[in-house]
Amino acid sequence: MKKFDKNKVILGIAAPLLAIVAAMVITSVIIAATGKDPFHAYQVMIEFGSKADSQVWIINKATPYYLSALAVAIGFRMNLFNIGVDGQYRIAAFFAAAVGGALALPGIIQIPVIIIVAMLVGALWAGIAGLLKTTRGVSEVISTIMLNAIGASVIAYFLKDGRLAVKEGNLVHTTYLPDSAHFFEIPTTPKPIYGFVIVAVLAGIAYWFVLGRTRFGFDLRTVGQSESAAHASGVSVKRMVITAMLLSGAMAGLVGMPTLLGVSYNYGTDFPAGIGFTGIAIALLGRNHPIGMVAGALLWGFLDRTSTQLEFEGYAQEIVGVIQGVIVLCVVVAYELVRRYGLKMQQRKVGEELAAQARKSEKAEVSA
Amino acid sequence: MANHDIRLTVRRGTVHALCGENGAGKSTLMKILYGMQKPDEGTITLDGEQVTLHSPGDAIARGIGMVHQHFMLADNLTVLENVVLGAEKLHGIGGKARAKIKEISDAYGLAVRPDALVEDLGVADRQRVEILKVLYRGARTLILDEPTAVLVPQEVDALFGNLRELKSEGLTVIFISHKLGEVLSVADDITVIRRGTTVGTAVPSETTPKQLAELMVGSELPSPETRESTVTDVEMLKVDGLHLSATDPDGVVRAVLDGISLTIHKGEVLGIAGVEGNGQAELVEAIMGMRDPDGGTILLDGTDISHAPTRKRREDGIGYVPEDRHRHGLLLEAPLWENRILGHVTEKPNSKRGVLDNKAARTDTERIVREYDVRTPGIEVTAASLSGGNQQKLIVGREMSHAPKLLIAAHPTRGVDVGAQAQIWDQIREARREGLAVLLISADLDELIGLSDTLRVMFRGRLVADADPATITPEELGSAMTGAATGHLEHTEEAEETAADGGDSPAAESGESAEGEETASGEDTAKGKKNASGEESAKGDDTAGEGDEK
Repeated sequence: MKKFDKNKVILGIAAPLLAIVAAMVITSVIIAATGKDPFHAYQVMIEFGSKADSQVWIINKATPYYLSALAVAIGFRMNLFNIGVDGQYRIAAFFAAAVGGALALPGIIQIPVIIIVAMLVGALWAGIAGLLKTTRGVSEVISTIMLNAIGASVIAYFLKDGRLAVKEGNLVHTTYLPDSAHFFEIPTTPKPIYGFVIVAVLAGIAYWFVLGRTRFGFDLRTVGQSESAAHASGVSVKRMVITAMLLSGAMAGLVGMPTLLGVSYNYGTDFPAGIGFTGIAIALLGRNHPIGMVAGALLWGFLDRTSTQLEFEGYAQEIVGVIQGVIVLCVVVAYELVRRYGLKMQQRKVGEELAAQARKSEKAEVSA
Repeated sequence: MANHDIRLTVRRGTVHALCGENGAGKSTLMKILYGMQKPDEGTITLDGEQVTLHSPGDAIARGIGMVHQHFMLADNLTVLENVVLGAEKLHGIGGKARAKIKEISDAYGLAVRPDALVEDLGVADRQRVEILKVLYRGARTLILDEPTAVLVPQEVDALFGNLRELKSEGLTVIFISHKLGEVLSVADDITVIRRGTTVGTAVPSETTPKQLAELMVGSELPSPETRESTVTDVEMLKVDGLHLSATDPDGVVRAVLDGISLTIHKGEVLGIAGVEGNGQAELVEAIMGMRDPDGGTILLDGTDISHAPTRKRREDGIGYVPEDRHRHGLLLEAPLWENRILGHVTEKPNSKRGVLDNKAARTDTERIVREYDVRTPGIEVTAASLSGGNQQKLIVGREMSHAPKLLIAAHPTRGVDVGAQAQIWDQIREARREGLAVLLISADLDELIGLSDTLRVMFRGRLVADADPATITPEELGSAMTGAATGHLEHTEEAEETAADGGDSPAAESGESAEGEETASGEDTAKGKKNASGEESAKGDDTAGEGDEK
């Protein structure tokens, strides 16, 4: 039995490795086609990316990426494609910022209140898509994309001087959170790491435990693998769809928190956007695995960080975007290849072992 | 290894039956002949010419066609559209194609209407469309994979009539089956496969089902017969006036279950006969709670469960062996031990207070694998890599492991080999002796008659007839299944005579063998032979899982 497990691990690592190697080969060709030296580019990336300040920057960047990937992965595990994490985290962060800016409570209450508001708003926003799917049969892909646009409009409406925001120079943003709402930092040099990285780790552990070790998680994964089998086994598929969307949205609510509670302390027009889509790529790259997605998030942060340095060296800055895109494509292809190969290998193994057993028993019969 | 040392010679213009247990490698062999899988060793000779088949396209080009066990038709298209789909180049898609379809249909007595919608057709009609599809593409050799699994006896006879028609026109039919009676009545030659290799050939006129079964399994033919009655007077399941309506695709509301009332006592097996699609699946789903009935009550052990959720019913002691194990009984890509948890996640030993107990589930899976003789190298392999019979044994083992009060067994031995069939029957009988109530739904009338204490016939959503399994014959049951007879089916002596004769088969058989010999002498040249022999060494890398029937 050990053999199968070992194969499983090897196959599990083979896919992302294969994807990254393939992506590097393809990008090398692209860089070479632009008339530059691809190997120098990789050298620059590694040198610059491994500097101390880069490391801190990468971890800080990876924290929201990871949370976003978790939110997407909850959906993926039950075959729901929540494209709306982007809209969910932004609208969640916006209302959390508005509530946080209006309250002045001691930090031990203020911070949880902000986080809970964010999770509730995120869950609510995602829940709309869940409700539409179960009651009207609307595909969650369509409804979450629409909700992204609606969410952006809602934020734009309230993010005006006199409504829920104030003007400061060219920027419009919600009122600053009181000092009590500042999340702790891990003092590292040259810059500190956001304390929210701890929350991200806890979220990852919770994700692993709930999905992998509880009845609820089993039910959720069952729906993801076969809705008909889940239905027959006694899982209410509709209720599960709504629950999963709520959980995914609540997780998405956390995505904006490292920025809100650790950097900007308000939600303004410059609040980072697009992390929800990055999360999809990272969830794919990390295979919905809690550790895999850590690696994916860090890799993404590393690529983001080194893109600026490549520009200094005369490379097109877009090259990193190309690498990221190519990685995602390679990942999808590589996983499918490895999955099919794994299934085939397993079936062959089962066949071989059974044939061996049969031969043995036949011999026993003959000799008996 | 799925196949090794296969030697098969099929004469032109004959029906050649290929029989063997499930998982014996019949389907793999057929896949090789149809170009879906490549052999590692060995040769295929067609009309004296050695051929290599790379894809089904190659096979079709050489005149080999396959009718799959599961029909491959688009429901929302017409027969004509289905037939020309993918073969538009042959005769276009219009009048010429229609004329060609008519011509083939008339030539072989298939009675196919080109403009009927496939969704309106019954199972037997669909099968004829599949056969026509293959003929339309110019096949001279037809492979039929378990064609009778979904048919009632009368339809089987009609199919055999079609096959004889094909044969008389000089076509060759390879007929895969593990129903021995059918094989003997229709085939000119029989080849038996066991454990991936051909173990013998037989001539139907000189062989009895018993001898054939011994060739197939190397042991005696199991019988579903139940000896002593264990029926008690304690009511376990009582269904009263159950009504369920469903909306069909045209928006018309139809009653799929109408006034269903039945009672199953402890220790009783109630068998439901019926042509598929007459409400049996809906009845099962209503009792399992997968569909909410709009009228009537369901009592389990005195408790009303008419509208209880499925999980509650499972916890209360309903075991479920679903009709379609791939869709309803298994997570194909999950390991066996996760499949052991499926459906019983809230029960011991799978979880404690909401948290899974993977270790206990694994240990218990190992016990099931051992006690129910699931042939697998371990419990970490995916369910998909097991053969159909072993998947079914795992499901039966899982459902029996929670001491059910009521077992719903829908086609429990469909697509299951003779050995596994006997084990599953034994397990049902044993549990029945210990007071289990069983609702048995099956298309295998011998199984129904053999296992049941009480028989009911379902037709168009109603229970139209009942019968005593001790005296009834499959033919009598068959006529009630088509709606021809209702009420209490009395066994008549007249019917028995026809039944004992086995219909017209003996006459047909003798005629066939004579015809077969004629063909053989006329065609006994290298040209008239189709020879397939494949050999694999021990390192042969054919996949076994794919070779197993569903």
